[in-house]
Amino acid sequence: MRRATPIILGIVVLVIAAACGGNPPPPPPEPNADSLAALERERLAREQAVRDSIERARREAEERIRRAAEDSLAALRRTTEEVRGMLAAMINFDYDRSDIRPGDAQILDQKLAILNANPNLQVEIVGHCDERGSDEYNLALGNRRALAAKQYLVSRGIEAGRIATRSMGEEQPLNPASDESAWAQNRRDEFSITAGGDMLMRPPGM
Amino acid sequence: MRRARRLLLVSLLAAPLLAQDTTRVVEGVRVGITYTPGLRPGLLMLGVPRLALLDSVRAIVERDLDFSDRFEMITLPGSDSLTLAIGVGAATRGATGPFVNYALYEALGADYAVSVTDRADSGLSVVVYDVKGQGVRRIVPVTVANLADPGFRMAVHRATDEVVRAAAGTPGIAATRLLFVQNGRVYRVDADGGDVVPLSEGGAGAFSATWAPDGYRAVYTEFSRGLGRLVVHDVASGRRDVVPPTTEFLNFAPAWSPDGKTLAFSRSNEEGTQVYAYNLAEHCCLQRLTAGRFSDNLSPTFSPDGRRIAFASTRAGTPQIYAMSVDGTEQELFAPFDYGVTGSSYAPEWSPDGLHLAFHRDVAGSFQIFVMDVASRTVRQLTSAGRNEDPTWAPDGRHLAFVSSRTGTRQLWVMDMDTGRVRQLTRLNGTRLPSWSPRISGPTNH
Repeated sequence: MRRATPIILGIVVLVIAAACGGNPPPPPPEPNADSLAALERERLAREQAVRDSIERARREAEERIRRAAEDSLAALRRTTEEVRGMLAAMINFDYDRSDIRPGDAQILDQKLAILNANPNLQVEIVGHCDERGSDEYNLALGNRRALAAKQYLVSRGIEAGRIATRSMGEEQPLNPASDESAWAQNRRDEFSITAGGDMLMRPPGM
Repeated sequence: MRRARRLLLVSLLAAPLLAQDTTRVVEGVRVGITYTPGLRPGLLMLGVPRLALLDSVRAIVERDLDFSDRFEMITLPGSDSLTLAIGVGAATRGATGPFVNYALYEALGADYAVSVTDRADSGLSVVVYDVKGQGVRRIVPVTVANLADPGFRMAVHRATDEVVRAAAGTPGIAATRLLFVQNGRVYRVDADGGDVVPLSEGGAGAFSATWAPDGYRAVYTEFSRGLGRLVVHDVASGRRDVVPPTTEFLNFAPAWSPDGKTLAFSRSNEEGTQVYAYNLAEHCCLQRLTAGRFSDNLSPTFSPDGRRIAFASTRAGTPQIYAMSVDGTEQELFAPFDYGVTGSSYAPEWSPDGLHLAFHRDVAGSFQIFVMDVASRTVRQLTSAGRNEDPTWAPDGRHLAFVSSRTGTRQLWVMDMDTGRVRQLTRLNGTRLPSWSPRISGPTNH
């Protein structure tokens, strides 16, 4: 029996040897640096992608908000500019007259609406004359012209303190020429903003 | 007889010069016989030796005498040479001085002969000879005898005014200056058109300047940030003082009271344009003299006795000339007009003798100078050529300066009311709003 043991052992050995086919058994799977890095990269990439998409979404959202805000700011600015333009529209006068001409009442009504829609708005009206009138008298006439426009607005409910008036007589002609069309241009009231004109609302219906 | 001889002589010596337009001054040649001969004394300006100083003085004196419009100036070819000078052309000397050819001067139509001479003390004198009386009427020293002295021309002007006083009984207006506005700046110019000097700062926008009765200060409007404040400007020192109550609103067209204590002016604000008075001497008591929510009142001018103020007012619709007491009471229409017919009237100025009021009035869409006789309130039109406006009186009460566009641009012109003679004072671009000074008696910085 004792003799049988080595044989068995030998068989076992042979069997084992046969089992190995003579080649070394495959090494146990060791961690592969490259594939690990790839895995890691994949993972990172996925995470990054997630982050990126979140970020993108956030940026897009922000951009949308910003654009929307910009659009409304631009709209506000545009509106303000338009309202300013309407406010700056001059009115003109007949020679040696300071009464508001019927056609110019519309222009003043526009200003009336703007003043009503913008309660903080304050304006100045400057009356001007053509060179044909008497030099000193033209200062008084320009003053009358500014007062006439102010009176029009105040009589329709605008607080008098919001409107300043002054006169430049014939000292600041728009058109320096000496002909009928230049004189007609120079007989005018100019309107400018003195306070509260940074952001102007468009009056309803305009 | 004398007249015939005079005409003969004049026509012999000055035949090409007889056809003169009295409204035009041709440099150095003018035989003043086209205007009512015989009414004004003839004056012969004698020649001087060819020295720069004497020549300059002679030229200034002759022009000043001519511009006084009180003499028939007898100007002959070569009369500025020694031909007609004192002590020349005669073989003998007079017993008491150089030979004076009274007979020749009288033959030429002269009542007076004027000569410029060196004095022994190296000064200069202007001598007035009474031709008919055959003697020296007056010797007027020229206080500044140095061409380079900035006061030279004014010193000669002052001497000429004394010559006029000696010959005509009342002084001339050569030693005066006018203020005017050009391109937003106040300038002054001598009454003969010389020495144009800026007074206000450039670029400030100045307006309606007026002399103080002392002739040394001016007051004018200065536009600043939409307001118009009044600035009192001392001509000699250049010192400027803002009139305190005029730092708000638009203040313009000031007038100085004859005693120099009060400034009247126009103020434009929410109450329209009204006349105010301010006590400049005591720096107090701003007072509104006119009222009227629907009318403007402006352009005040004091009567020389200081008791009345004339001004323009729109109380009847178009502007016309009114007057009131200096406290604002007793307001009345001053210059009569036909409602709806007479043109608008502006810018009154009371003459220094109180007899007249000058203003301008719309005639057929243009402006013309009018003068009202204050006693009778009759108004007559003085100008008709071009647009004429903003008259101002010389201290003699017979000369008026005004703005005229008769040559195409706005220039200052001077008219003599008595003879109707007109001369152009400035040749600048667009001058306006003149104010004639009183006689400037003492030396000034210029």
